[in-house]
Amino acid sequence: MLKMLSYPFMVNALIVGLLIAICCALLGVVLVLKRYSMIGDGLSHVGFGALSVAAVLNIGAPIWFALPVVMIAAFFLLRLTENSKINADAAIAVISSSALAIGVFVTSMNGTNINLQQYMFGSILSVGQSDIIVSIVLTALVIGMYVLFFNKIFAITFDETFSEATGIRTDIYNIAISLLTAVTIVVGMRMLGTLLISAMIIFPALTSMRVCKRFLTVIITSVVISVICVFSGLYTSFTFKDVPVGATIVIFNLGFFLVFLMISLVKRLLCSKRKAKSEY
Amino acid sequence: MELLKAENLRYGYDGKTILKDVSFSVNEGDFICIVGENGSGKTTLVKGILGILQSYEGKIQYSKELTKSHIGYLSQQALHRKDFPASVSEVVLSGTLGHSFFGFGYSKAQRNIADKVMEKVGITHLRKKNFSELSGGQQQRVLLARALCATKKLVLLDEPTSALDPLITAEFYTLLKKLNKEGVAVLMVSHDVSAAVKIASHIIHLDSDSVFFGTTHEYIHSDKGRKLLVSGCPCDACSHNPQREVRENA
Ligand SMILES: Nc1ncnc2c1ncn2[C@@H]1O[C@H](COP(=O)(O)OP(=O)(O)OP(=O)(O)O)[C@@H](O)[C@H]1O
Ligand SMILES: [Mg+2]
Repeated sequence: MLKMLSYPFMVNALIVGLLIAICCALLGVVLVLKRYSMIGDGLSHVGFGALSVAAVLNIGAPIWFALPVVMIAAFFLLRLTENSKINADAAIAVISSSALAIGVFVTSMNGTNINLQQYMFGSILSVGQSDIIVSIVLTALVIGMYVLFFNKIFAITFDETFSEATGIRTDIYNIAISLLTAVTIVVGMRMLGTLLISAMIIFPALTSMRVCKRFLTVIITSVVISVICVFSGLYTSFTFKDVPVGATIVIFNLGFFLVFLMISLVKRLLCSKRKAKSEY
Repeated sequence: MELLKAENLRYGYDGKTILKDVSFSVNEGDFICIVGENGSGKTTLVKGILGILQSYEGKIQYSKELTKSHIGYLSQQALHRKDFPASVSEVVLSGTLGHSFFGFGYSKAQRNIADKVMEKVGITHLRKKNFSELSGGQQQRVLLARALCATKKLVLLDEPTSALDPLITAEFYTLLKKLNKEGVAVLMVSHDVSAAVKIASHIIHLDSDSVFFGTTHEYIHSDKGRKLLVSGCPCDACSHNPQREVRENA
């Protein structure tokens, strides 16, 4: 344990990983409940494309190129989802596969596929100084927004039309949430990989919703689960050298999900038994 | 006292007009039903009153006590969100948000409003329950409570009983009537014209070519009303009562 902290790259990975875990869990609850999980998935692919292009163009810190690109994409994906005339699922699928294709194409043009591997599955070694700064700022913003505007976030997630009718600026909240998601994904995907970052967003929310029945408890439980998973994932991949972090974290998430699913099934069973008894 | 006044409203989507020449006013204590066939623009008008949809022409004047954000609203689409994690009190409290800016928790005043409203609507015993596990009728009551949290003056209900069975519907109407007597003006969209004329003080009938607005009595005697109502005016003094006409002829 202490040995893990004696490596500076591990400390970096731990800081960024835990901060991203918090952001993913907080934003994930809203995205899942609003049925926006596809946006997260789409953005991770756009992020992959952007990072690949940045690598080919030899931009020093590719994150500064990927961030604005993915944020713009987030804005458009949100518009797509809100517009009822367009089939948003299909549109997002088209955008994400195009971005993926561009990324793969550009990277292989460059001759090596080392980045491809790294972006797909992530690597702890890719965490740099700029990631730490961005993730600290990001986490402060996300937590600040959730603490200050918790009630409104609940209201908008539960019923957007009603919130709009009572004078809440739902559009601003939606844009804020999708932009923060964009940043979370860009920072998180370099460590966890394109394929796995969207799992980080969806899993904790789904898991805690099995058991928790109030919005507040769902959010808190998601954060706790997410943090535990990232920590255990990092520790495992440090102990067994060849295991990629991203995959390990997702497996821990899956474990939690199955356990919570069992709990909810057992609970329901007990409830129906009690009901059956009381009917006699 | 007048709560809001609408004059010559015209609404539509993408430049296409759906509704035109809509004029009406809502006074304190009114119970107004909006009727009309599917697609006649009832929900569109409701959205206009709420300020979610901008009118092409005409405007709505809100009285001083009634800013746009102080209208309670119950939407037509049932929130059939399975497994949304929200307790009844969380849902009801979210109705009080129009007045506040920040907030992690709710203020004492907001909690008091919610408690009072839940008692009025008869859902205090459900407050800890999970919203998505309630029956349709219970959910409508909770959403009505949320709407009442947003307002003291006016609630806007878009087909609140379309998913309820006749018994629960009757109960729901009784509840609305009671609230109305206590001073909340009600504006309700309804498909059931014969129920609407029993409960409402005024009727707005939307149609593609013309719009009717007047008291229920006037409506029953209008061409539009007569077409839709099997039984005539229930008032005894009224000569249009077909039963009386039958009696007199005999
Ligand atoms: N978002 C929209 N964009 C474009 N057209 C719309 C939109 N919403 C409604 N319309 C059209 O406006 C017309 C009126 O719709 P509205 O929902 O107001 O009807 P309604 O009277 O509430 O019907 P119902 O009784 O079925 O609820 C319909 O022809 C509908 O197709
Ligand atoms: Mg409608």
